Amino acid sequence: MCSIHMKRIYLDYAATTPVDPRVVKTMLPYFSDKFGNTMSLHFLGQEAKEVLEKSREIIAKFIKAEPQEIIFTSSATESNNLVLKGIGFANKAKGNHIIISSIEHPCIMESTKWLETQGFKITRIKIDKYGLVNPDDIKKAIRKDTILVSIIHANNEIGTIEPISEIGKICREKGVYFHTDASQSFGKIPIDVNKLNVDLLTVSSHKIYGPKGAGMLFVRQGTKITPLLHGGGHEFGLRSSTINIPVIVGFAKAIEIAKKEMTLDAKKITRLSNKLIKRILKIIPGSHFNGPLIKRLPNICNFWFEGVEGESIVIQLDLLGIAASTGSACSSVVLEPSHVLLAIGLKPQEAHGSLRLSLGRWTKEKDIDYLLKVLPKIIQRLREISGA
Amino acid sequence: MKQYYSKEVIKRFLHPKNLGKIKNPDGVGDTENLRCGDIMKIYIKIIRKKGKEYIKDARFQTLGCSAAIATSDIICDLVKGKTIEKAKRIGFKDVRDRLQPLPPQKLHCCLLAERGLKQAIADYQRKKHKKCNDK
Repeated sequence: MCSIHMKRIYLDYAATTPVDPRVVKTMLPYFSDKFGNTMSLHFLGQEAKEVLEKSREIIAKFIKAEPQEIIFTSSATESNNLVLKGIGFANKAKGNHIIISSIEHPCIMESTKWLETQGFKITRIKIDKYGLVNPDDIKKAIRKDTILVSIIHANNEIGTIEPISEIGKICREKGVYFHTDASQSFGKIPIDVNKLNVDLLTVSSHKIYGPKGAGMLFVRQGTKITPLLHGGGHEFGLRSSTINIPVIVGFAKAIEIAKKEMTLDAKKITRLSNKLIKRILKIIPGSHFNGPLIKRLPNICNFWFEGVEGESIVIQLDLLGIAASTGSACSSVVLEPSHVLLAIGLKPQEAHGSLRLSLGRWTKEKDIDYLLKVLPKIIQRLREISGA
Repeated sequence: MKQYYSKEVIKRFLHPKNLGKIKNPDGVGDTENLRCGDIMKIYIKIIRKKGKEYIKDARFQTLGCSAAIATSDIICDLVKGKTIEKAKRIGFKDVRDRLQPLPPQKLHCCLLAERGLKQAIADYQRKKHKKCNDK
């Protein structure tokens, strides 16, 4: 196999995205030229401070929030940790009960597990076979001592879009803080924090063609929350650390681009993913689609194949220059299959044969055609090896 | 392009030498890793030469990751031509040594191969014992 002539097709946009060249260009002056510390009184510091606030305004406007409600962090994981621990510890006087769904991102699952060791009580709401949370289940689970409900906006493995606005309404009526992790949905579908009825919302930069190392947490004014990082009092006292200006500038630029191109991107991606799903289910016997066909993010397509193991599909694709992902236990360090696929009712051996293909801004029709050409042969070959 | 696995794993994964069933095998090992869900079948054929039992052929069928497929193929190679007694002493480390560097979380695939082989041998010896008793 000659690597020089090998294709490179990226179908793992849900894992991370390449940084848009327009974003890179915007970031460059902020490394060695406009390198100031936002806390400094001199012109370099003030220049940095100005661009930080401009970036804050861009993102605030995009989600219909106020600039002072935007807290920059280093990642979605950090934002989610800040929500769970920050709301948890700040509201202990009211109670110690937190509600999440059973298909949250690992950073929510693991943070809540840790909170349990600190005396917090966690309810994990079951979802249906499409990954949907029933708002009534949330209503029933809310207790007197419930301080926070956190439900993912769109799932990172199967793309299910949750009824956030409805759940938010319930939480508001009950007087409980409501957070949504919008890492996958942000920049792909419109987000308005008021229409969604959320008090807190997590966003990541590297999922929307921005740089890694930048995240954001929307915190509605008046929300009682305590910081994880104490220090110089940056980000309204909620997140001390010298501000990482280059990545925040890049994040803001990525949002500006998304604002203009989101609709067009979504249209193209929907067409390509519809073709992908339709063709795979048709040409590969024993193939199944995971998750909902409606109420989903158009860019995430998750399948499982009978008689094969997902890691070996991913490695075969990798050898042909296609980057994809699986929820199989074999791809994880802890040897557990994806908790999301199990939660939607897949048996472990079904989750074992899963493959996630996620599309993005630069996915081309010919990439999909190439995948459709090689995947049936890969599945067939692996079935020969398994004897299935 | 940089790869997750060593060249040997990839070679074995793409072009296993010992893939498939053996017709009328003398022993079959059918083992599953209950945690990750990989299923491995090892088939062996035995011949007797000068009063000793040798593994004449060994083949496999595996539903599993690239590493599990590679370890299945390697263990078949390692036992072919060996006496039963020698084959019994082949362990997961012998398999691992042929596939280095192997990601640490894939060590259990070597264990699975060892178990598959041991089960196949035990299956053969059980059947042989039964035959003797039947006579």
